[in-house]
Amino acid sequence: MMTNVLMVGVGGQGIILASDILSEVALLSNYDVKKNEIHGMSQRGGAVVSHIRIGNKVYAPIISEGAADFIISFEKMEFLRYMEYINNRTMLLLNTQVIYPLSVTSGKAAYPNSLIEDGIKRFTKAYQFDALELALSIGNPRVISSIILGALSVFLPFSYSIWENTIINRVPKNTSSLNIKGFNKGREITKNP
Amino acid sequence: MITLLSGNEAFARGAYEANVKVVSSYPGTPSTEITENLRNYPLIYAEWAVNEKVALEVAAGASLAGKRAMTCMKHVGLNVAADPLMTLSYTGVNGGLVIIVCDDPGMHSSQNEQDSRHYAMFSKLPMLEPSDSMEAKEFLIQAFEISEKFECPVLIRSTTRLSHSKSKVELKEQKITKEGNIEINPDKWVMVPANAKKKHIIVEERLKQLQIFFETAEINKTELNSKNLGFICSGIIYQYVKEVFPDASIFKLAAVYPLPIKRINEFLTKVKDVYIIEELDPFLERELRAEGLTVRTPKRPICGEMSPDIIKNIFLKNKKTTKNIYNDLPARPPNLCAGCAHRGIFYAISKLKLFVTGDIGCYTLGYLSPLNAIHSCICMGASISMAHGIDKATDGNYSKKAVAVIGDSTFLHTGINGLINAVYNKGCSTVIILDNRTTAMTGHQDNPATGITLKGESTYKLNFIELAKALGLKNITTVDPTDVEKCITILKEETNKDELSLIITTKACLYADKSVISNPHSIEWDKCTGCKLCLKLGCPAISFNIEENKASIDITLCTGCTLCVKVCKFSAISEYTTNDD
Ligand SMILES: Cc1ncc(C[n+]2csc(CCOP(=O)(O)OP(=O)(O)O)c2C)c(N)n1
Repeated sequence: MMTNVLMVGVGGQGIILASDILSEVALLSNYDVKKNEIHGMSQRGGAVVSHIRIGNKVYAPIISEGAADFIISFEKMEFLRYMEYINNRTMLLLNTQVIYPLSVTSGKAAYPNSLIEDGIKRFTKAYQFDALELALSIGNPRVISSIILGALSVFLPFSYSIWENTIINRVPKNTSSLNIKGFNKGREITKNP
Repeated sequence: MITLLSGNEAFARGAYEANVKVVSSYPGTPSTEITENLRNYPLIYAEWAVNEKVALEVAAGASLAGKRAMTCMKHVGLNVAADPLMTLSYTGVNGGLVIIVCDDPGMHSSQNEQDSRHYAMFSKLPMLEPSDSMEAKEFLIQAFEISEKFECPVLIRSTTRLSHSKSKVELKEQKITKEGNIEINPDKWVMVPANAKKKHIIVEERLKQLQIFFETAEINKTELNSKNLGFICSGIIYQYVKEVFPDASIFKLAAVYPLPIKRINEFLTKVKDVYIIEELDPFLERELRAEGLTVRTPKRPICGEMSPDIIKNIFLKNKKTTKNIYNDLPARPPNLCAGCAHRGIFYAISKLKLFVTGDIGCYTLGYLSPLNAIHSCICMGASISMAHGIDKATDGNYSKKAVAVIGDSTFLHTGINGLINAVYNKGCSTVIILDNRTTAMTGHQDNPATGITLKGESTYKLNFIELAKALGLKNITTVDPTDVEKCITILKEETNKDELSLIITTKACLYADKSVISNPHSIEWDKCTGCKLCLKLGCPAISFNIEENKASIDITLCTGCTLCVKVCKFSAISEYTTNDD
């Protein structure tokens, strides 16, 4: 078994925490895991990508072209930057939250709405949801990551209790029950679309 | 216990397990987290030094005192520390001494793409290169053993992919090591020519002994599988090769210098086609060819990072060129944060159209449009010395239209030398220390001007004004960098003087002092004329709506710095209140 998950979005959206939680859940479920993201200069509002590879034995910490099983886009357009990773089985989980790039806010470029529509069609299976709105309905915009992990968890062979414990261990103490609520809400998105 | 650690976290753990006593480092991506993680190990003394040369010398002192010592830096940091490195190779060590140097193939956060393996050959010191986090920890422990066995510093090379990737690590107990004592041996430690001449001979002999050691050392590994296809590689490249050719034979080098030539030769007799795969310079290739070995070297890029895909493609008959079909997306380049302390003074500089010798830090982003306020950036500290060179080359004329900008951490790293030089040589340039009270670019580390140590203790807080006075500067001004009008007045005054001037900014980075964050602002559309003046600030919170011809502020990003309020000519911007909408 080899599962390749690409999490993409914008600096500050909680991608690093989400990919840490997923990696830890896989480790606790007795799989080999490697994950990689580049931090440094790109963090300052730049595009962020995290590669998570789960299997019996993992070598490279980065996913090869055409080998992603899941693309998890924390922002509406960001998945478009990584289309070389998809194949005809890749699933897209798309948070439809929009964060404008500087070239758009300064009026130099347009936000690529039509490309997004076109891009989504290239996936055999795609789920779209507004995680920010769902997070606000729970009462805290910070639980976006847990909602997205919940939506992903439905497709992965890890037990609910391992997810639950890992999230509780990893998020700030006073937000753990909100995050579990978010995680459950996320599961509903993909279980009963 | 098995846990997931990044390469950098694993190096820190390795320092603990190896019973390291002293660590001194200067931050630099991708090496910073090694030393930052040492906060979690109370038994290790760890500090931020002011630069890499100082850091290596501190580690050398600890080694002389008989204790295990380490320093960590990014690749260009080793250039700064090269002076002590080259001669420490001659003196040798007492307690084990390890230097971790992190290269940045692909230049994710660096100003050049140098391959630090050359330093091993240059300094005639051994260099190990781990391929995952477990090896990062284990190789560090072995590096200390090698350092003590051969009485020399040992280099460990990491790369961004290794330092920032997480993989499984088995945590072990801390090793019990012999506690050494200070070594009083001037013939060994005083490198006057008479002693150094003898030492050079020892260095050459040591290198031969090291080579013999690595011929049999277990860390260099032969994996015999296919008889037809084999590879010689090291570091993260090993993982890429395994990914693409799981059945190939591999000679996996743990030590990239010196090379176990006999064993590699043996490997070549057992496998028909053997290729060297490496990242950046053809380092292994040249070494092996110089030894007369016949190895294959596929055509590969010298520039940039390798990847499993690149390796796969090298061996494909019909090369694949998978490109993203959407190649014209609006980019998300790094940018100064909303509310960044540097933005206001850069706006003033750009309004005055000054020529700016720049330096390295978050403020280098002042180079970007629309501010366009940096015209050179070479290495840490260069802003002040280059401004002085321009001053002398133009007989003082260009200094009236030019400034040097440098961050607080960079000034203390190697900028201060340039300033002393400019005072001494009667320069008349204008220098701005952008004191945002932190080393922001590398993730907000403390430095001598913040008054807090790596371990979070309070210490003497360096005062730039007193320091500048002591250096002999006469014109010293401070300014709030968000007060654009004031900045313009002071910049005009100071650049016009026929003397050296120093301007020190006084606003903290948002991450260094959360109290600078205040209520978000918004734009009243009845007052906004669509003049786009606020967009000239390049603030990520301000956007422009083309259909409505109005600007607006994203209240979730705005930190209330009020720079746009000061710039707006129509008083259209004010504090956001919920009734606004
Ligand atoms: C020789 C060397 N060491 C380390 C670095 C990494 N580095 C880049 S910028 C920087 C410090 C920036 O701090 P400061 O000057 O205070 O500016 P700020 O980012 O806070 O604006 C460091 C350590 C480098 N580029 N070169």
